[in-house]
Amino acid sequence: MREYYDVELTKLNNELVEMGALIENAITHAVNALTQKDIEEANLVDKIEIQINQKEKDIEAFCLKLILHQQPVAKDLRLISSALKMITDMERIGDQSSDVAEICKIISKNSYVHNLKHITDMAEQMKQMVTQAVNAFVTKDVVLAMSVCKSDDIVDELFSKVQCDMIKLITEDSSKGAIALDLLMVAKYFERIGDHATNIAEWVIFSITGDHKLSGK
Amino acid sequence: MDKFQIQSMNLHYGKFHALKNINLNMQKNKITAFIGPSGCGKSTLLKSLNRMNDLVEGCKITGSLKLDGEDIYGNMDVNVLRKRVGMVFQKANPFPMSVYDNIAFGPRTHGVKNKKQLDEIVEQTLKDAAIWDELKDRLKKSALGLSGGQQQRLCIARALAVKPEVLLMDEATSALDPISTGKIEELCMKLKNEYTIIMVTHNMQQALRVSDYTAFFLLGEMIEYNDTDTIFSSPKEQKTEEYITGRFG
Repeated sequence: MREYYDVELTKLNNELVEMGALIENAITHAVNALTQKDIEEANLVDKIEIQINQKEKDIEAFCLKLILHQQPVAKDLRLISSALKMITDMERIGDQSSDVAEICKIISKNSYVHNLKHITDMAEQMKQMVTQAVNAFVTKDVVLAMSVCKSDDIVDELFSKVQCDMIKLITEDSSKGAIALDLLMVAKYFERIGDHATNIAEWVIFSITGDHKLSGK
Repeated sequence: MDKFQIQSMNLHYGKFHALKNINLNMQKNKITAFIGPSGCGKSTLLKSLNRMNDLVEGCKITGSLKLDGEDIYGNMDVNVLRKRVGMVFQKANPFPMSVYDNIAFGPRTHGVKNKKQLDEIVEQTLKDAAIWDELKDRLKKSALGLSGGQQQRLCIARALAVKPEVLLMDEATSALDPISTGKIEELCMKLKNEYTIIMVTHNMQQALRVSDYTAFFLLGEMIEYNDTDTIFSSPKEQKTEEYITGRFG
């Protein structure tokens, strides 16, 4: 029964997976732009961001159509309402990747005067969070989604370390103030992407279990 | 506070086991919906609540059904029970008499003869059923000339005229257009302040819109009973999930 409906829900699932792949790509290129000082990588992020925005609009329209036509309840309602919330977080991740890319275009001309280790650690950690949040959605894995929520603390700790790095940098050489602020902004965007990945994981948990509290946040 | 308490109830029609070990408490001044596929026993249970099954040959009920703590299959007078627990059916069934006499029928049967008192009951009951404005100029006309929706609301008014405590509704809107259905749903929301309402419905959206609690039945068993929002957002039982999402039934 309801084969057409099930096909539509599978299509929604696939659309979300595609959007997940796009944001993972955007993050990868943004991190590459930072670590490799590669403007081409930064430009790629802009192109992907346009696709992400379009995907958000398409999925939103599709969800509203499903609500109108199918009047979903129970797990179907949870999937569709979670999808509507998740795409907002995904779209923000696209925006923030683009913001990072913009900063990279500006600072790529400068030599990075300090050790980027904590920022690249942050990038790796939040990239992993986003990938795992998307995987948790694809595989309906509550345990994996819960681990994403817990990982957010690691990103927050790394952000504190980057803050200390930047304070030290400015203290040692006040002429590095501008680059320090740019790098701090990048770190802040990474930290926010971690928050959005956490939100996505929480919606994955809700769509599977119907419970918001399991995320432990 | 529980209006009905049902414990270990079983109902047989001859050899057919129609209701199996039902345990269910229904709250006062709330709307409870019974849902489930055809033949699952929900209407049978509804009818048991005012002993409409008494005349069904071979019907045997065991266990306990209590109204305000009093066993309705014990020493309770069935006429008193049906005055306390009114019923509205799927098909509107006005008596072939005037609108006025339809409403006055119940009170007259219970001994009200005074014309002024009957006038007041008719007016107040039709107002309670939100149909006074439509019918106040047609009180002496035949009820059979009303539209289907009006007839059904008249039947609700007729049930209310004897001041029941509970209103049982067996798919009371399934034959009506959306406007009439909407009016009856609005009426239910208003009436629950004074009455306990128990409805059987095949319309999932109606159960969602109107009821406070929902019980899902399947093959004579009550599979799940919970507040309606929980049933329709995160049902505990797989069978409930499959039924309400339209994947079986």
